[in-house]
Amino acid sequence: MSTRLAKGGRLIDRAKPLNFTFNGKPMRGFAGDTLASALLGAGQVMVGRSFKYHRPRGIVASGAEEPNALVGLGRNARFEPDQRTTTTELFEGAETRSQNHWPSLDFDIGEINDRLYKFFPAGFYYKTFMAPRAAWKHLFEPIIRKSAGLGGVPKEADPDRYEQAYAHCDVLVAGGGVAGLAAALREGRAGKRVWLVEQSAHWGGRTPVDDGQIDGVEAEDWIAAALEELESLANVTMRTRFMAAGLYDHGYVIGYESVADATPGDGRPRHRLWRIRAGLTITATGAIERPLAFAGNDVPGVMLASAVRDYIVNWAVSPGDRTVIVTNNDDAYRTALALLDAGLTVPTIVDAREETHGALPQEVKARGVRVLEGRGIARVLGRSRVTGVEICAQAGEGGAVETIACDCVAMSGGWSPVVHLWSHCGGKLIWDEPRAMFRPDPSRPPTGADGAAMATVAGAANGDLTLAETMAGFGIGACSHDEAALAPVWMMPAGATDALRYKAFLDFQNDVKVSDVQLAAREGYTSVEHTKRYTTLGMATDQGKLSNINGLAVLSDALGQPIPATGTTTFRPPYTPISLGAITGEARGDLFQPLRRTPIQSWHEAQGAHWEPVGHWRRPYCYPRKGESHSDAVGREITNTRKNVGMLDASTLGKIVVKGPDAGRFLDMLYTNMMSTLPVGKCRYGLMCNENGFLMDDGVVARLSEDMWLCHTTSGGADRIHGWMEDWLQCEWWDWKVYVANLTEQFAQIAVVGPKARALLERLGGMDVSKEALPFMHWAEGKLGDFDARIFRISFSGELSYEIAVPASQGLALWETLMAEGEALGVMPYGTEALHVMRAEKGFIMIGDETDGTVIPQDLGLSWAISKKKADFLGKRAQERSHMTDPNRWKLVGLETLDGSVIPDGSHAPAEGYNANGQRNTQGRVTSTYYSPTIGKGIALGLVLNGPDRMGEVIEFTGEGETQIKARIVETCFYDKEGEKQDV
Amino acid sequence: MKRYSIFAVAREAMRYHAGWERAWRSPTPKKRYKVIVVGAGGHGLATAYYLGKVHGIRDVAVIEKGWLGGGNTGRNTTIIRSNYLQDPSAAIYEKARALYEGLSQDLNYNVMFSPRGLLMLGQTEHEVRGYKRTVHANRLQGIATEWIGPERVKELVPIINIAGPRYPVLGALYQARGGTARHDAVAWGYARACSAMGMDIIQKCEVTGIRTEGGKVQGVSTTQGEIDCEQLAVVVAGHSSVMAEMAGFRLPIESVALQAWVSEPIKPCMDVVVMANTVHGYMSQSDKGEMVIGGGTDGFNNYTQRGSWHHVEETTRALVETFPIISRLKMLRQWGGIVDMTGDRSPILSKTPVEGIFVNCGWGTGGFKSIPGSGYAMAELMARGHSPLAAEFGLERFREGRFIDESVAAGVAH
Amino acid sequence: MLSLTCPCCGITAEETEFAPGGEAHLKRFGPGSSDEAFEGYLFARKNPKGVHFERWRHAYGCGKWFLAARCTATLEVFGTYPAQTTQPPAELIAKIKAKRPEWEGWA
Repeated sequence: MSTRLAKGGRLIDRAKPLNFTFNGKPMRGFAGDTLASALLGAGQVMVGRSFKYHRPRGIVASGAEEPNALVGLGRNARFEPDQRTTTTELFEGAETRSQNHWPSLDFDIGEINDRLYKFFPAGFYYKTFMAPRAAWKHLFEPIIRKSAGLGGVPKEADPDRYEQAYAHCDVLVAGGGVAGLAAALREGRAGKRVWLVEQSAHWGGRTPVDDGQIDGVEAEDWIAAALEELESLANVTMRTRFMAAGLYDHGYVIGYESVADATPGDGRPRHRLWRIRAGLTITATGAIERPLAFAGNDVPGVMLASAVRDYIVNWAVSPGDRTVIVTNNDDAYRTALALLDAGLTVPTIVDAREETHGALPQEVKARGVRVLEGRGIARVLGRSRVTGVEICAQAGEGGAVETIACDCVAMSGGWSPVVHLWSHCGGKLIWDEPRAMFRPDPSRPPTGADGAAMATVAGAANGDLTLAETMAGFGIGACSHDEAALAPVWMMPAGATDALRYKAFLDFQNDVKVSDVQLAAREGYTSVEHTKRYTTLGMATDQGKLSNINGLAVLSDALGQPIPATGTTTFRPPYTPISLGAITGEARGDLFQPLRRTPIQSWHEAQGAHWEPVGHWRRPYCYPRKGESHSDAVGREITNTRKNVGMLDASTLGKIVVKGPDAGRFLDMLYTNMMSTLPVGKCRYGLMCNENGFLMDDGVVARLSEDMWLCHTTSGGADRIHGWMEDWLQCEWWDWKVYVANLTEQFAQIAVVGPKARALLERLGGMDVSKEALPFMHWAEGKLGDFDARIFRISFSGELSYEIAVPASQGLALWETLMAEGEALGVMPYGTEALHVMRAEKGFIMIGDETDGTVIPQDLGLSWAISKKKADFLGKRAQERSHMTDPNRWKLVGLETLDGSVIPDGSHAPAEGYNANGQRNTQGRVTSTYYSPTIGKGIALGLVLNGPDRMGEVIEFTGEGETQIKARIVETCFYDKEGEKQDV
Repeated sequence: MKRYSIFAVAREAMRYHAGWERAWRSPTPKKRYKVIVVGAGGHGLATAYYLGKVHGIRDVAVIEKGWLGGGNTGRNTTIIRSNYLQDPSAAIYEKARALYEGLSQDLNYNVMFSPRGLLMLGQTEHEVRGYKRTVHANRLQGIATEWIGPERVKELVPIINIAGPRYPVLGALYQARGGTARHDAVAWGYARACSAMGMDIIQKCEVTGIRTEGGKVQGVSTTQGEIDCEQLAVVVAGHSSVMAEMAGFRLPIESVALQAWVSEPIKPCMDVVVMANTVHGYMSQSDKGEMVIGGGTDGFNNYTQRGSWHHVEETTRALVETFPIISRLKMLRQWGGIVDMTGDRSPILSKTPVEGIFVNCGWGTGGFKSIPGSGYAMAELMARGHSPLAAEFGLERFREGRFIDESVAAGVAH
Repeated sequence: MLSLTCPCCGITAEETEFAPGGEAHLKRFGPGSSDEAFEGYLFARKNPKGVHFERWRHAYGCGKWFLAARCTATLEVFGTYPAQTTQPPAELIAKIKAKRPEWEGWA
């Protein structure tokens, strides 16, 4: 039974007890506890179930490497699955629940998997569940899905907020242990801008738990002095609870800061995501102890030796009364000392090495602890709690020579440097044979924008496992116990029988055993990546922090090759999982994406407009009145516009000014038709193609002066076309004297449309808007009422139409003035859908409907807008290619259903027969289809094979479901074919 | 090849699974093969498999510079669908999807094809019209898709937010027989079946040169020596341009990074695959319980298998907006792959300027879902000189301007 | 997340401030060019695994297009230079040659 010790605990404050619950059971810990130390302190050893076999699992580690002790934390909207207890600080009222069991932690139906373990080796699912075919989806997979998963499912939207921030520094030191502190001191004293970050809440790393002196003083005193000096340096920024999650290209580091995890709902952001641009990153990320692979090494109560002493020293928690230590190195003897100092019993130390002469073993032996040399653990006894161990010869097959009763096992297989940050961006590793570890290869660091190293490594992360080695890297003297060499042990005992290997776990969470890796090797999954993927080794939430090195050592052994020949899998960010909330930051709900607003937006909002997203704009689709459907509103808006007068907020329309001596020449290259010949004061409709010949944008161009044109683009195209112009001007025709400016947001633009449009404008007074003064396809500037206005006589509806541009600041006032003055004329606003219907009634194309990136102007009957005189324009060469000049292209026509119904959106016209792939041949498709309130029936535009040559022909289109609709091919214009209404 | 079955597993369980044989042999290369396939990813292995199975050509080597299935086959988000707009795309992706339906039984290897249904959300009027167009096209192509309304979307995906505020879900293009499969298993299953047919799969064998004579392929130089062949298939997504350079021609291809990431595992909460293209993100839940997430590609040429972080932010935002409950899940792991992007974002299955050399590349972000169809068509093209499935995907289309552009309907390529 | 220096305004900024524009120094072929030349201009790309000359626009900065020499295998940026040129500056080529002796050069 684990328990809280009466004395000690360097990180806890016994004066501040904290209440929490585990599976509804009230428990108590102290400020400074982690969830894990609090659980152990409260006597809770078993805390979860494993992924595959649902085996009972306890806390193994004391840090980020913990694979087992994950809980659901919180409730309702603040519930969070898979919370790692070893790194979560305890807070008052924390609610925790164990995971992956049903109906309860202690009695779990899923445990049947463990009883049947022989049937579920690595990859068994690749060999089974294949018949009958439908059974996978309907039977096997649902069972697997249900029993897999791990954490519970959050049910509500996250009420917390998250923040994102930038930082720039010369040096980022990742890790606040003694190596990180020393590195920050060195760089800080040199005047560098330093960020020093530590993932836990405490500085100093694990040195205070272990023994040693630095620079002639006790390590803790040195740490305190270092912190004091660092805090005094203005150029050094220090952050705890701050993980360097990943190192990315060009020295970009993602930092993950826990701000309010322990104070839910206090109004502060829960997490902060930092984007740090660091000149150099020093990875002082320490090392992680390796487990040993023996049968039953996953039974609750079996822990890492370092974790056992962490719990004792840091949190005054005893993981057990009688702890057997099993090791292949001297470091684990420190755990014996810690246990003894706490008054606990160490019945035996089982050391796989034949000899133990180091200073630490000597000291432990001197305190009367029995040390068994050349021995290993054959198996752990107990199921949901360790009750004892069977001892065997390490060199043998596991025959028990002795059974020792105990309630805790502290294991140590040596240490592995934390090389994640070093490796994320291409830093390479070398195998250090004497120390049996992969460590960073200083000759192959990750490189940055300048091709030079962007990371270095310090301390245990560099394989300098002893305090003396670590501090020597900074020219600082330090001493601790000398340590004798370890003896690599990848399987315990070395010749373990099948039965033992089937219970010797490598990856605790995913239940990958020594036998699984050996099976993978036997079946030819010999690449370390194959083994990983076949067995799921290292794919759990700890990403193999405990399992990878042991696993690849077992694989190497199975393949009879040295470990470096096997290599490692790829280290990918983040170091430990980071919340999607932090990655999202503030960009949720209304802030999800920026919203572009026209100067008239507030009026639309007040009218209760129904919106249509257009790029980052949001335009009124229609303005439904009370009780009115959207389609009724659209019909009313169209009818009123055609009968009286309607108003459209056209401010989103692109407005690009092109100016300069070569502006005309430039526009002649950009547009398919001639713009240089456009007289000042006139407007001309133009088409733009890309170099592939496809139609990309259209709009009306107005010549403002001798050397200045105003190009209107589509709403969605303004920025793109502006960029397109800049591209050609800067990169191809850079000697042409042309200046372009995107003035889209500088002007509000209002279309006043309908037979009474002129009457409305005249009510405002001012400039002459008569047919004579301002004819169709002309523009004029002047005072409209009190407004400085530029008015274009252009029409996208076929009606008498004025588009009035005023400075953006005047847009709302003009709109409101026009609405007020127009009341007597029956003015109504209309939205984008009415706009669409009216232009379709006229047979005008819409970019994005009639075009889709594969359509050329010639397909749309727009050959009249393609200059035959120009030697060149963008897209001209492409339109000469064989596919473009093919006489059998689909071309734009009008379509009228015989029964007056509306052809569905996207409908296709089947043709006779099937192609070589068994697909029905087609001869056309609908591009725009609407109910026309003006015509009183369905109208459509469509692209039809040789369409213009087939006027009057009736063809079939696909209707809803399996139906067909008959439609007659007609001209594209359905309304006022002579164009009399717009030119009055 | 010993057959896999539940009985075989039970039999082996009695002897600690000691009797399983290697899934594929690991031979040294012969001097000469009729066909060499470069690239032991899904597409290369499938090409070899159908050469043997359909056309009886078994004197085949598949050579791979790394480990089989180690490229994009093992890095994608495992989505399978065939709801494509253009006829040629729809044909080859539907062929692939149909082959996936029976692939486990065909290969005697459970690739876990799970037709769990796939939704592409319509979140603007324009996108809705685009997807409706696809539904009509699919109907004539013989592909079962339908347009469903927002309420039905919510039924299929209870964790989705259909109410916006910014981009309310207006409906979705639904392919009920779309879904996912286990990506590694696809490569492994094909490899095992190829090996069983007597083909040689040679890993850790890098091609260092392509030998041609008189405009005809002779063989390849590799890190394991010279190997001759009559036909050479270059099926090396991500590195197609590098191989083409060796053979002396250029491809209309750029290599860019595509990223994916997974959350920590949770219990099942989303059965279908959801793609939200207006906001740029897609997500499914793996059998392990991880939410599998992907988004858009980087815009610059890149061979590093690492992408730029801001895509992770943009896509995660899109998905938190779409599925608000995932905010408190944590990203477990992110990774990248290198994809070939062609001039029209559609693949190339083609003869090349060098006689005997064929290329299969340019699948962009749509590679995994097409593997069986791609292999089937490529094998047919090589064995018979012509394949209806591959006919429109030739290199000559770029000269003719005959694009197969899938992005046209709704601004989404793959 | 690349970091690039705009040669026009001199600012070193995050990749998100820039827009990539593909291979640099492509020669435009217009009407009258051969099918092959036109196809090459629009589609054939070097796409090397190594030194790549490419276009970028400082889209959320000064708005200028510029060119960069960058390694696609390591992402090292050898240099950036204004777009108004048909070939890379000689000193940049020399710099790359010095760093990458095996590089086949710009052509």
